[in-house]
Amino acid sequence: MAQITNRLTPFFENITFDRDDNELILNFGPQHPSAHGQLRLMLHLQQEQIVKAHPDIGYLHRGMEKMAENMIYNEFMPTTDRMDYIASSSNNYGFALAVEKLIGLEVPRRAKVIRMMLLEINRIMSHLFWLATTALDIGAMTVFLFAFREREYLMDIIEGYCGARLTHSAIRIGGVPLDIQDSFLVQLKTFLDKLPQNIKDYEDLLDTNRIWLMRMEEVGHISKELSLSWGCSGPMLRASGTAWDIRKEEPYELYDEVEFKVPFSDKGDNFARYRIYMEEMRESAKILYQTMDMYGACVKNNQTELMAHAPKYISASKLDIMTQNYSLMQHFVLVTQGMRPPVGEVYVATESPKGELGFYINSQGGPYPYRLKLRAPSFWHTGILTDLLPGHYIPDVVSIIGTTNIVFGEVDR
Amino acid sequence: MRAYTPKDDVQAKPYYTDRFYVSPQVPKEAVENDAVFAADLAAIKAKFEVSDAYIQVGQMVVYIHAKDNYGVLELLRDELEYTQLTEMSAIDWLAKENKFEIFYQMLSMNKRKRVRIKMFIENGQAVNSVNELFRSADWSEREMFDMFGIEANGHPFMKRILLPYDWQGHPLLKTYPLEGDEFAAWYEVDKIYGKEARDIIGPELRDPAKVDRYDSDRFARLGHEVPKGTVITGHEPKIEQSYQEEGGVFMIKKFDKKSSVVIDDPQR
Repeated sequence: MAQITNRLTPFFENITFDRDDNELILNFGPQHPSAHGQLRLMLHLQQEQIVKAHPDIGYLHRGMEKMAENMIYNEFMPTTDRMDYIASSSNNYGFALAVEKLIGLEVPRRAKVIRMMLLEINRIMSHLFWLATTALDIGAMTVFLFAFREREYLMDIIEGYCGARLTHSAIRIGGVPLDIQDSFLVQLKTFLDKLPQNIKDYEDLLDTNRIWLMRMEEVGHISKELSLSWGCSGPMLRASGTAWDIRKEEPYELYDEVEFKVPFSDKGDNFARYRIYMEEMRESAKILYQTMDMYGACVKNNQTELMAHAPKYISASKLDIMTQNYSLMQHFVLVTQGMRPPVGEVYVATESPKGELGFYINSQGGPYPYRLKLRAPSFWHTGILTDLLPGHYIPDVVSIIGTTNIVFGEVDR
Repeated sequence: MRAYTPKDDVQAKPYYTDRFYVSPQVPKEAVENDAVFAADLAAIKAKFEVSDAYIQVGQMVVYIHAKDNYGVLELLRDELEYTQLTEMSAIDWLAKENKFEIFYQMLSMNKRKRVRIKMFIENGQAVNSVNELFRSADWSEREMFDMFGIEANGHPFMKRILLPYDWQGHPLLKTYPLEGDEFAAWYEVDKIYGKEARDIIGPELRDPAKVDRYDSDRFARLGHEVPKGTVITGHEPKIEQSYQEEGGVFMIKKFDKKSSVVIDDPQR
């Protein structure tokens, strides 16, 4: 019997038994501990098997696109932190790069190197977090503790750089605000030297673990066609047989100067995605070693500039602002009124740890973007659950949500 | 008489713009400058009407007629190797020309090229759904409907996606107010408790960060609490804090803070 709702009696929508067939509708979330955020899945079940899945999102919607339309460009930067809050520098970077492309700015080399370091540290942080939480969902507590321990070292390094552990705002439009601290490279090198052994520890715990293999292998298979059709990107795409990494194919920053491989697989199941995350951490470590050398070269060549020189858009250095009248005036205008990028539009995609993070900006020459669209990879990686889950069993839902690596800060924006 | 404020664009406006300020333009290149784009454009032009096309920041922008969107995207996917629809959404031009602009952001991995297909629709007009070509459009079109109220014909589940189903209005329209009015302050109270509870509950505080610095009884006056409504002189006596419940605490027989000893030195 269907429930009759009024405004005083609550509507129990968790389970309904009002159908003639055996189908059970089960609400998975939005407070399910393994839903990795505010995901609500309405699952139609035949016994334990899912026949229809309906992901419901929006529980973390903050209207970031609307906020962006009513903010000056620099004001929006801390908001981007709150998208993919596991790797917030990559969001900062995506937005900064989009505005720089719109203006046509060239960022100084030293800032580029620092940005690349931050991006790759964020990638390792994000992948460690993914590994920890997914392993915890499957029941591997040790991996969770190990991976969080390593992530903590990286968070300490980032904290030393920008003062924040989660919401970095460490990248500005036009460069980076600060040079890295003295201990940065030493700490990073200590961490990187230890990382291969750490990754091997995780793999020793998981690769031949019977439970892990049963939950991962041949579960959550995404075909190449489906992954392309659903707009998948990042590890979700690469695990399904497309070797596409934006860092490699459409290089931004100095990614064309560093050597790294793009791991991919044609298996398309959970285990393939797990392997890709592990390999990507190794590749990121490789990139970080190279950026450390590049930073050394910058120091040697006395390339000290950290922000682009464009008085119409970017404030001058602190020293100039404090000593030169015109720089102070420019700074005052840029802070109170905001920069006014040229009329036009731009779509810039960067490879965030989760996939293709895109910023579409339509500027009408004003200090606020006329339209800003955030293209967050997790949005489609949640949508694909509609087609992916039917046929699977309830325990598989947990491992599939785990390997899709969705973060609801960027799904709901 | 009140000053007239236009209601078709209520978004934040720059408070100062120089009278003689002329915005620069992001440069546009001709499509012929890029051989790959030129071939793609020729293929589109052979079958469909193209009103404008150019390259901006490395990506080709093609303006098509709204009725052709399914056909153009099908052509791009099947013949021109644009295998992914990475993004699609709309732009609100209602205040200027009563139109929406819709864009489809396409990606070709084989060619390493991105193309933006754009079209204009009238206010109230629906678009053809491209869900059957690209599953990613399923959620994108729902989001577009949620944010702009633009419906997609042939979509299997045209409902809101991010906002609740009973939400009024479409937030990314330029006519959407940035903050609530006096009706908004009562909306949730009326809906949940009924109008008759207005006196008991009071209006909703729309800006939770707002602090009235003259309203001193809202502040936590730790150790100096007074009953609500008391006139505060600033000379209230300090009240000894004691969180022990009236009838004693479960399992704890006798606890009196005054007679208990606090050990300051853990190494004693």
